[in-house]
Amino acid sequence: MNLDTSVRYLETHEWARKEGDEVVIGITDYAQSTLSDIVYVELPEVGDTLNKGDQFGVVESVKAAADVYIPMSGKVVAVNTALEDAPEAVNEDAFGEGWMLRISPANPAQWDELLDAAAYQKVVDEEEAAGA
Amino acid sequence: MVYIPHTDAERQAMLEAIGVENIEELFWDIPKKFRYPPLNLPDSLSEMETLQELQFLAELNLNTNTTPTFLGAGAYRHWVPSVVDYVISRGEFYTAYTPYQAEVSQGTLQAIFEYESMICDLTGMDVANASHYDGATAAAEAVIQAYNVFRKKRSKIVVAPTVHPHYRQVIHTYTQGMELEIVGGDDPTTTLAQLIELVDDQTACLILQTPDFLGQLHDLAGLADAIHARGKDAQFVVITNPISLGLLKPPGDYGVDTVVGEGQPLGLGLNFGGPYLGFYATRSQYVRQMAGRLVGKTVDIEGKDGYVMTLTTREQHIRRDKATSNICSNQGLMALAATVYMAALGKHGLRKVAELNYHKAHYAAEAIDAVEGFSVVRRNPFFNEFVVRCPAPVDEINAFLLDALEGVEIIGGYDLAQDYPHLANAMLVAVTEMNSRYEIDLLAEAFNAFVD
Repeated sequence: MNLDTSVRYLETHEWARKEGDEVVIGITDYAQSTLSDIVYVELPEVGDTLNKGDQFGVVESVKAAADVYIPMSGKVVAVNTALEDAPEAVNEDAFGEGWMLRISPANPAQWDELLDAAAYQKVVDEEEAAGA
Repeated sequence: MVYIPHTDAERQAMLEAIGVENIEELFWDIPKKFRYPPLNLPDSLSEMETLQELQFLAELNLNTNTTPTFLGAGAYRHWVPSVVDYVISRGEFYTAYTPYQAEVSQGTLQAIFEYESMICDLTGMDVANASHYDGATAAAEAVIQAYNVFRKKRSKIVVAPTVHPHYRQVIHTYTQGMELEIVGGDDPTTTLAQLIELVDDQTACLILQTPDFLGQLHDLAGLADAIHARGKDAQFVVITNPISLGLLKPPGDYGVDTVVGEGQPLGLGLNFGGPYLGFYATRSQYVRQMAGRLVGKTVDIEGKDGYVMTLTTREQHIRRDKATSNICSNQGLMALAATVYMAALGKHGLRKVAELNYHKAHYAAEAIDAVEGFSVVRRNPFFNEFVVRCPAPVDEINAFLLDALEGVEIIGGYDLAQDYPHLANAMLVAVTEMNSRYEIDLLAEAFNAFVD
């Protein structure tokens, strides 16, 4: 499992990365490997306003359809339209090319509520242990 | 043969396991007086006696095989080639439940794939699903698709008043709770231009039927552009009669977004109202918002053709509580019947059927128009159904037709006053390839007798 130490995490397996005043969001490498081959990503529209914890889309794989949640409140300023034709980018590069949306955060302080890599690793370990 | 597999001993063991004395105790919470009400049934009959009794009762009904029939209004009496029932009755296909498991259901899946392909050809659309319950539910699903395409942000739906009244009801039923604003009214004289004026940037779709409930054909040229422009890409949904597409340019050629309709005319009997078949075709960019399921063609690891269920994006097993459609199946056997029908007729056969419908209906319109007191409404061109203004309430005329001519009973047309109060004394007359010239002349003669 790849962990990116430069991003923060949500227990539900989304990540957030600060880029200037904006925040880029995707799902974790662990999430993509659990879902297996991703065939479709449904994303919100640019201009939508979402609150922390809101569902922002659906990731559909050959195994399941998973709802995905937004780690911070904010307004959507961009979505990764490349995923329409190439959803496999999420499998190949969950923290990079597989990004999903970019928001302008409404409450930047929410960043501090997110998990760091070590805390997220613990969440994953616990889930793995429960699953095994 | 014992049909219930449990023995008394097994039942007793199960009752003991859950600590209940007898089976009646399982129903303790149903008030006693409702538990075993006396049914007062007559004595049982043998199979022979039962069939004779049912045959006797059935013969009290008029049936459309032997009675000249001019009733349509959404369900049509067409010739069903014998091959249709032969194929769908085969044990491999004839099951109560459509099997989708690819390992054991290649025949069923291939038939669905062929059905989808034929519907795409017929409608001129990119993608067709495996089918819906009937035309009405397919129309409602098209509304929900449009609503989802705009991510539930547009709540206005324009429904032409000449869409089948039952379809309009089902659209209301299916969209309860979505807080949609369904406009269009029920005045059948509303023009297309007036309808398009109702479209705005909060409109998810406009639904038009052609031939419409009154049989009228609408020119689709330019409509999609007008709706897309006025409604900022609001969808244009067309409900159509598949037989009419044997003669007419497919709606897909006019830039329509979704085409749906009742598949009953394609080789299904009238069947006392069902089971019927809803066909549904749309553009490939909306496939994720489409209800129902798609069967696709693929290759297995040995490179051989195979058919699998490819997409079920709106269904409960994949979307759980976020599912946006309650259909998790298709009308398998009816879709198969339509497939066999279309395959048996082919392109030329379907055109021939459509032509026969068109020409016979127009012959009938002339014949009826010539009867004093009766006149055919000719606001628009029509396909195989048209409105006749009558000199008396339609139910009176229909009662007369059952007894008008010596030894001949005729099933008349549909009484439009049931759905359009201001269309009193208006009869919707359907004519298909099944109506001989003799039958049509009989109808005109009976109308004449009514006036006399």
